[in-house]
Amino acid sequence: MKLSHKQVKHIAWLARLGLDEAEVDKFSHQLSNILKNFEVLQQLDTSDVLPTTQSALLSNVFREDKASESLSKTDVLLNAPRQKEDCFEVQAILE
Amino acid sequence: MDYEVTIGLEVHAQLATESKMYCSCSTDYRDAPPNTHVCPVCLGMPGSLPVINKKAVEYTIMTAMALNSTISRYTKFDRKNYCYPDLMKGYQISQYDVPIGVGGCVNIEGDDGTRKRINLTRVHLEEDVAKLWHGEGHSLIDVNRAGIPLMEMVSEPEIGSPEDARDYLVKLRNIVRYLGVSTGNMEEGSFRCDANISVRPRGRKELSPKSELKNLNSFKAVYQALQYEAQRQAEVLEEGGKLVQETRGWLGDTGRTVVQRSKEDADDYRYFPEPDLPPLMLDEKWLDDIRSHLPELPEARRDRFMNQFGLSLYDANVLTGSKPLADYFDECLKLTDRGKAKELSNWILGDFSRLLNLDDIDIADARVRPQHLLDLLALLDNGVIGGPAAKVVLEEMFRSGQEARDIVEQKKLSQLSDEAQLLDVVTQVIANNTRAVADYKAGKQQALKFMTGQVMKATRGRANPAVVQEILAREMEGE
Ligand SMILES: [Zn+2]
Repeated sequence: MKLSHKQVKHIAWLARLGLDEAEVDKFSHQLSNILKNFEVLQQLDTSDVLPTTQSALLSNVFREDKASESLSKTDVLLNAPRQKEDCFEVQAILE
Repeated sequence: MDYEVTIGLEVHAQLATESKMYCSCSTDYRDAPPNTHVCPVCLGMPGSLPVINKKAVEYTIMTAMALNSTISRYTKFDRKNYCYPDLMKGYQISQYDVPIGVGGCVNIEGDDGTRKRINLTRVHLEEDVAKLWHGEGHSLIDVNRAGIPLMEMVSEPEIGSPEDARDYLVKLRNIVRYLGVSTGNMEEGSFRCDANISVRPRGRKELSPKSELKNLNSFKAVYQALQYEAQRQAEVLEEGGKLVQETRGWLGDTGRTVVQRSKEDADDYRYFPEPDLPPLMLDEKWLDDIRSHLPELPEARRDRFMNQFGLSLYDANVLTGSKPLADYFDECLKLTDRGKAKELSNWILGDFSRLLNLDDIDIADARVRPQHLLDLLALLDNGVIGGPAAKVVLEEMFRSGQEARDIVEQKKLSQLSDEAQLLDVVTQVIANNTRAVADYKAGKQQALKFMTGQVMKATRGRANPAVVQEILAREMEGE
């Protein structure tokens, strides 16, 4: 399956990524290649395999309850398109 | 017509951990400036990975055990997706189809000991959300609270009255406090309650569409909002109207609920298993270890207070209804013999509680420590001071933090038992109350009580009533 430029632009928009035309072209090739690999995987007969959401076969991965340093306020708000009174600012949310 | 009320409660308790649920930011957000307890995990930054806080899982298991839930040996976390900017990731990591605790029950009871069983659906673990402020044309977001471990306890929709709902909620809070897993503070929002309520004509099988009540930030609010809503829904039905499923907010100052939004369809959160968190296998060894370290729970403690110390059901219930109160009582009994239990319970639940309530002080913070209270009772029992004086001394101890003996000395409150000293007062009282004396001589025992009261008054409560009665009887006979 080949991804069209239009589809890549749509995915970029969903991910809030700004891509120029050259990048759109580059990623449409890369993403199409990835999809091609899935097509190969899909040829496998998996009728006897249970669905899973985990591939690492791990369980019980914990952290101890210890608090440590957080980011600085400046770093926290660094990517905020809008901020006010040290908070993220978004358009009014009507309940 | 006769109506039947059906209530279900969803209770959220912030867990008293040091760090957040999936990252190591501090949970101590209350006095923190906005967005100072925030990291890439809190912000849902690409590439950041959550890791489960072990203590939060342990706290939830403890609670599920205390609530008689079945513990899932296999459990996992799931993403709950929704469009509201109170979580930066765009989803909440919660638990969907295999919560840590399945089922469960709590007994609620009246003062007469009649018991009702309230069943729970589940106990699960998730994360708290960010705080939002809504202004003109914009909303502001502080992410500090997002990610704090939040435990949800869901009751079956089978609570039959606002009173039972309140009792159930009090019970739940008492249990999380006994376990030490949450502060259970409703006003601060660390213990929150949403209530579903619907009303139908008694005997009808199917439930009416329910209202979901929000903004219930005290026990009183829960109770009043449910009462208001039960009445409102009954009135709608009475007038031949139709109930609709909706979310309603409680407005404390007007004592009403108002529509926030009506819900046509069930929410679709598109739950799916959280790929970033491996599942949990809760092995028997860990569970046994947790179970063996569970503290004594309210009901067990109440039974112990009755069996070990001979308290009444009522007294034992009130004492164990507050963990600090019960701890205080236990502390006292460690320092004295159990013969004093009833007297101690009377003082703690009576005058001491009155003082604590007046000043809104927790007994754990009171200046009168167990040994101080016992010292006071010793003075009383040895006849150094009388009952009325003891009350005065307790209040002074409570205010100034001084010890009982010093206060008795300074205020000259020791009991007057010396006959010679009392005789003067008695003679005076007899002279001033000729009528009562005549009554007494005519055989009215009541008069002796009255005269004793007069002497007590004249000595400002210091006289030893037994000695006074003796002198009075003798002196009046001799008149
Ligand atoms: Zn964090």
